Amino acid sequence: MQKNIIIAGVGGQGILTIASIIDLAAMNIGLNVKQAEVHGMSQRGGAVESHLRISSEIIYSDLIPLGRADLILSIEPMESLRYLPFLSPQGVIVTSTEPYENINNYPDVNGLLNVISQSASSSLIDAKSIAKEVGSPKTFNIAMLGAASPYLGIDTAELEKAIEMFFAKKGEAIITMNLKAFRLGKEYASK
Amino acid sequence: MEKQLLLGAEAIAQAALDAGISGVYAYPGTPSTEITEYIQQSKQGKKTLVRSTWSTNEKTAYEAALGMSFAGKRCMVCMKHVGLNVAADAFMNSSITGVHGGLVLVVADDPSMHSSQNEQDSRVYGKFAMIPVLEPSNQQETYDITRYAFDLSEKLELPVLLRIPTRLSHSRAVVIRQEPREQNKLQPSTDKWKWILLPASARKNYQKLLEKQQEMTTLSDSSEFNNIVEGQGTKAVIAFGIGYNYVMEVVSAYNLDIPLLKISQYPLPEKLIKEFCDKYSNILIVEEGYPVYEELLKGYFGNDKFCARLDGALPRTGELSPNVLAKALNIETDDKRVVPEVVVGRPPMLCQGCSHRDLFDAINLVMKDYSQKQIFGDIGCYTLGALPPYNTISTCVDMGASITMAKGAADAGIRPAVCVIGDSTFTHSGMTGLLDAVNDHSPITIIISDNETTGMTGGQDSAGTGKYFNICKGLGVEEEHIRLMIPLKKNLEENAALLKEEFDYNGVSVIISQRECVQTLGKKRKI
Repeated sequence: MQKNIIIAGVGGQGILTIASIIDLAAMNIGLNVKQAEVHGMSQRGGAVESHLRISSEIIYSDLIPLGRADLILSIEPMESLRYLPFLSPQGVIVTSTEPYENINNYPDVNGLLNVISQSASSSLIDAKSIAKEVGSPKTFNIAMLGAASPYLGIDTAELEKAIEMFFAKKGEAIITMNLKAFRLGKEYASK
Repeated sequence: MEKQLLLGAEAIAQAALDAGISGVYAYPGTPSTEITEYIQQSKQGKKTLVRSTWSTNEKTAYEAALGMSFAGKRCMVCMKHVGLNVAADAFMNSSITGVHGGLVLVVADDPSMHSSQNEQDSRVYGKFAMIPVLEPSNQQETYDITRYAFDLSEKLELPVLLRIPTRLSHSRAVVIRQEPREQNKLQPSTDKWKWILLPASARKNYQKLLEKQQEMTTLSDSSEFNNIVEGQGTKAVIAFGIGYNYVMEVVSAYNLDIPLLKISQYPLPEKLIKEFCDKYSNILIVEEGYPVYEELLKGYFGNDKFCARLDGALPRTGELSPNVLAKALNIETDDKRVVPEVVVGRPPMLCQGCSHRDLFDAINLVMKDYSQKQIFGDIGCYTLGALPPYNTISTCVDMGASITMAKGAADAGIRPAVCVIGDSTFTHSGMTGLLDAVNDHSPITIIISDNETTGMTGGQDSAGTGKYFNICKGLGVEEEHIRLMIPLKKNLEENAALLKEEFDYNGVSVIISQRECVQTLGKKRKI
């Protein structure tokens, strides 16, 4: 079993939380993990990505080779396309439809969503509405994790267990809220 | 032992704690910052009283570590690659004195310049100082090699340089720890002439260093970190450090059969290299960084047997990747996709509410009235003031250069000669330049943009917080020309007037533009 996942977004959107939860779940079931992150200057509102690799075999490179990612999980629509060269021919894009417009030449959103749909097998998620339904904008990224969960090669139960572990220190209410976001995200994607 | 998912940087920190260090000395710098942060936050570090607060700069860090080593205890110094330029004086001479307690210098290089102004290769410094260099390939090896580094340092009585690139420092994988060991007891060095580098004693010490070179080479030859991966192919590879991972990625993905020599300990293992190179006629050299050993192996007159960065087999600059290696090994890869045209750049930018923003607005307002509009800049978040919408900053070279470059420009006749420097950068390398300006009565205005933290690297304590007025006064700046302003939108007109007054003053003036970083403020509020 091997999965190569690019997690994309804008600095500060919480892509490392998603990565940490997948890491935990993968480690819990005895898989190898490598996860390259972006620190430093780019974190200031710039484009950021994490290369996450999980495998039952030894993983050599910290970087995913071009054309070898099974999944691009993006918290922001334009960012999902920035890493397209990494996506394999059969790869899937799961992205939020909510733009993060901190630049003045941000492209037209509908045009952008069209390009995404034409570029690869894709799943467009209105994570903002889901987070609203859950009652916390902070659960946005966990909703996206839920939406991408069918493509991770890890059982839903293991991912939910990892969410519980990750938020354990923050108390029962936060865990419940994030589990709800995860499930709603998953449900939204399966529609 | 316990399994942990650690960044390469964290693996170093954990290994150093387990190796029994008594202190870590460092100045923050991407991609090295997380090493020291891990130790600062570690329960184990607190329990065993490992000293870990930030130093003012890399040179003070290195010298303090040398002092701890003198006292017989193990210690680690951490910095980014350009930090070693600052610490170079101490570093180069420490190979002549040698060390007592184990001293490991960790340098995090930044190939491709993700967060840096150059991609210099720290292995060159190791070679220059004639000390062992270790360059791990993955996170587990990073842990193991860090522990080994302390033993090697104590065995040879030399500092050991451990080099990691950004990609290893900032990538996580599972690491299995070894049993922690006790710190060294206080046992100061009694070898007086080892530490006094007067010419007569320095010559003797230098001779001793030269005599250790053969032992170092022998240790490299028998090192568990240098080894051969057998293969039948005619094309062979010598891979250094993380380069090994990229080669192995291609080898395993495409089922290649390639003989490979992996090197993670320098100086070069002479026997291994000779035997390997005698056996194969076509060898790809894979180095993450400068073509340091490519040049050495090819020699001045060249050797067709070898190919690498200098002949175009690999790109001359930048970080390696699996794809770059696949191409060098003549593999056709399946990567036809391109980035759609609709995607536009999203460069980093100053945070909303950042105090630097209001400072740049005020500066721009004032500079409208001057024909010479250059503002000398420095290293930090505020370097982003060089980009739109501000376009305020004209230079960014090295830590502290804003003040001294403004001084030189003023000497040449530029008016007003204005510079912007962050609080942490000011104490790192700005104070000596300010003294030069004071002694020379240079007509310059220094704006210390004081956000009370080391912002760019994530908000570490800044050495001079609360002390800037007194530092400037103590260095001889006239009290009435040390001004304070609060960079806020509502103060724009008032701040612009204050700036103009000092820009027009024919002498040294300092403006402390003070408001806390919104990131550190936000973190405090969360807690």
